[in-house]
Amino acid sequence: MTWKGFHLIASETKLTFLTYRKICLALSIAMVVLSIGLFSSVGLNFGIDFRGGTLIEVQTKDGQDANLPTLRNTLSNLGLGDVQIQLFGRPDDVLIRLEQQPGGEKAQQNALAKVQQALGDDFTYRRTEVVGPTVSEELKEQGTIAVLAAIFAVLVYIWLRFEWQFSLGAVAALVHDVILTIGIFSLLQLEFNLSIIAALLTIVGYSLNDTVVVYDRVRENLRKYKKMDLQDLLDLSINDTLSRTILTSLTTLLALLSLYLFGGEIIRGFTFAMIWGVIIGTYSSIFVAAPILLMLGVKRDWSGLGTAGKAKEPV
Amino acid sequence: MLYFSNWKTFSILAVIIVGIICAAPNVFTKKQAESLPTWLPHKQINLGLDLQGGSHLVLKMNTDELLQTQLKSIRDGVNQNLRELRIDGKIVKRSRPKIINGQIQVRISKPEHVAPALTKLRELIQPLEFSILAGTSNNNIEITQGENNTIIIQPTQAAIVDRLRGAMGSAVEVMRRRVDPNGTTEPIIQQQGKDRIIVQVPGVDDPAELKRILGKTARLTFQLVDPRGAQLQGGSSRRAPPGTEWVPSEQGPPELLKAKAIVSGEELEQANATNDQQTNEPVVSFRFNSTGSRNFGRVTQENVGRPFAIVLDNGFVSETDENGNVVLDKDGKPKLRRDRRIISAPVIQEPILGGVGQISGSFTPQQTQDLALLLNSGSLAASMEIIEERSVGPSLGEDSIVAGQIAGIIGLVAVIAFILFTYGLFGLFANVALIVNIALIVGLLSLTQATLTLPGIAGIVLTIGMAVDANVLIYERIREEIRAGKSTISAIETGYNRASSTILDANITTLIAAIVLYFLGSGPISGFAVTLAFGIMTSVFTSFVFTRFIISFWLRMQRTRTIEIPI
Repeated sequence: MTWKGFHLIASETKLTFLTYRKICLALSIAMVVLSIGLFSSVGLNFGIDFRGGTLIEVQTKDGQDANLPTLRNTLSNLGLGDVQIQLFGRPDDVLIRLEQQPGGEKAQQNALAKVQQALGDDFTYRRTEVVGPTVSEELKEQGTIAVLAAIFAVLVYIWLRFEWQFSLGAVAALVHDVILTIGIFSLLQLEFNLSIIAALLTIVGYSLNDTVVVYDRVRENLRKYKKMDLQDLLDLSINDTLSRTILTSLTTLLALLSLYLFGGEIIRGFTFAMIWGVIIGTYSSIFVAAPILLMLGVKRDWSGLGTAGKAKEPV
Repeated sequence: MLYFSNWKTFSILAVIIVGIICAAPNVFTKKQAESLPTWLPHKQINLGLDLQGGSHLVLKMNTDELLQTQLKSIRDGVNQNLRELRIDGKIVKRSRPKIINGQIQVRISKPEHVAPALTKLRELIQPLEFSILAGTSNNNIEITQGENNTIIIQPTQAAIVDRLRGAMGSAVEVMRRRVDPNGTTEPIIQQQGKDRIIVQVPGVDDPAELKRILGKTARLTFQLVDPRGAQLQGGSSRRAPPGTEWVPSEQGPPELLKAKAIVSGEELEQANATNDQQTNEPVVSFRFNSTGSRNFGRVTQENVGRPFAIVLDNGFVSETDENGNVVLDKDGKPKLRRDRRIISAPVIQEPILGGVGQISGSFTPQQTQDLALLLNSGSLAASMEIIEERSVGPSLGEDSIVAGQIAGIIGLVAVIAFILFTYGLFGLFANVALIVNIALIVGLLSLTQATLTLPGIAGIVLTIGMAVDANVLIYERIREEIRAGKSTISAIETGYNRASSTILDANITTLIAAIVLYFLGSGPISGFAVTLAFGIMTSVFTSFVFTRFIISFWLRMQRTRTIEIPI
């Protein structure tokens, strides 16, 4: 009985990834700079979680398509500043966004009440979110801390498990991923809310996951081939793990694509960030993490381990 | 690596069976699940408000207002004590005590009177009952002498903290009575931080009703009308004589009332919204408790023919203009106004001895219902503002669950097909492990009663994609070992062995991210962190331990000694 699998990726690839390291690093640096530039010039399209304000999702009661111009007309006359109105996933579903009103917490609730009064009885309320100035400030702070804390925690973990060069390479790769994700959100002006922070942290985890697999193999090969040129060794390690890297990225992307297409409008932003993160994370573990290792150089003599009492070696 | 002792086999199977049993109630309806035999677990997954619909509100106590009331009561004490102080049979001359910058300042006219005044005021100092700053300054107030014969009295930091703690403790109870007067809706009400309360009410259609009453302070007092008010109203000086105060009225000009209340809202036992039997207008009927009835009976007996006032104090409310917009002061902060007014001022026709009565004003039925609820639930020490609201209607919750399920099933089918295609029979093993993995996540969620949110569903779907990673790592390694010329069994052994540290490293890093997310995220986001973390733990078990177990079982079933590896 033989029920064999199909080899999607050729068994023994011999691609010389690191030959292209200069182009790739230049490309990565350019994208990082571009992302930072976009972030500081255009900026992120913060959702109410971080900017404060009100979000109302309504659906017409009779199932008719919503009349956006009329709605716009009604709501813009309430003196609530900039009111954004857009369809949300389907023609009878409308998303209304109010900017944060001056006048503290109470003013936000007043604005909501006004909109509800103006909308009258023709709509059912699917979702109402009001974030006051106090909470939005806190969420902004917590979100930043969360991303930094996660990066720091994994930096420490990698440093404990590997040499510092690995730690630096891994963190450079995931900072690259986080910055590029922020960059694409700035570029496309997609709403940046709490769930995107969750996506960023998951990207941190995923990107690292990928990098760690490559690094593990690098460490193994360093012990196996003591005389091999570092560049060749890194290429070999990437090739060894290439099929795994691609297969896992594919299964993860399959699940994410399904979420993106069928998971509903609310988590679409989150899934988009994750899909982007998986692609970028896969790229960075090959084209950022490994080249940095080459630039920093690594300790080749692993023979003294175990006796020297260094607990950095598993098994 | 491929040998499983009996007890290991038993533990692996036990974990899976227990997991599936814990997950099982979720395939039934809620009713069916509850009627399962008691020896079976019948807890279903606890759905978050974003999936079952409901309101999540965060309220913050107005600490400034709380401090103001604290300062006022200290000022009243200062006033009282200085009034009692006699030197050579005469009242000590002093300025009116004023509240300035969180302190009470009073100036004594003669320097030689400062010392006795200080002594007298020190009588007000009391140790705090519960002090978290024990040892340092655990008194209620601090009294110091300032320049120009001024005495400064201020509450200690410990007293302010203590007061807030007390106020918050009772506020949680008040909220519970307001949200759920009949004890039917199972709301979650808990304090968060030092001055916030989270209120989560499932299945609310209209959170507006909830919000209208939640943060309100409503304190009711019954006070006598001072007859001197009528003369003063026409005169030039409107200054209230000692022991009295001007209070605005709903039905005309302000009235002069005796400051001391006959009865206050705390002595109300029960209030009901009803209609007046004669005029049929909406009124609130009430009943005093025994001390309240006694006091009210005595005072009304002594004051037949005179009016008394029913005063409703709504605390501080932000001022709004005619368009309903909040009015701001110079600093851009909302202008606060004390909303305290006389609702009605009836004349006492006869002594009211039974302790029952009714409050009539120009109420709408809605207002009487709110007022009755507010009076019954007890009063907040200071008003509370809604600083965050997230309400989801039931239809959206249902849609989200359906969408999540569809996305999950399609994602699962796609991944299963892909893995089967890539790894053949071993892929089938990995897929069995994947399905067991999902059952374990569901079982773990039901067992721990952690909340499943929409991002949580996303976490499960993401886990479906990432859980096979361990198997991919192992299988790719096995393929490598086969290429290197190893025998089937030894290739499988080495594959699992070599991949183990990588699997551990890779999963721990994701777990770190999930833990950070759990502690720093709020509500729905920590729901994502929970499923992600559960998914990581269960997937290490299923894809590393369980597939190894299946493969070792499969190896033993092979008859020939030369096994061709199906990978």
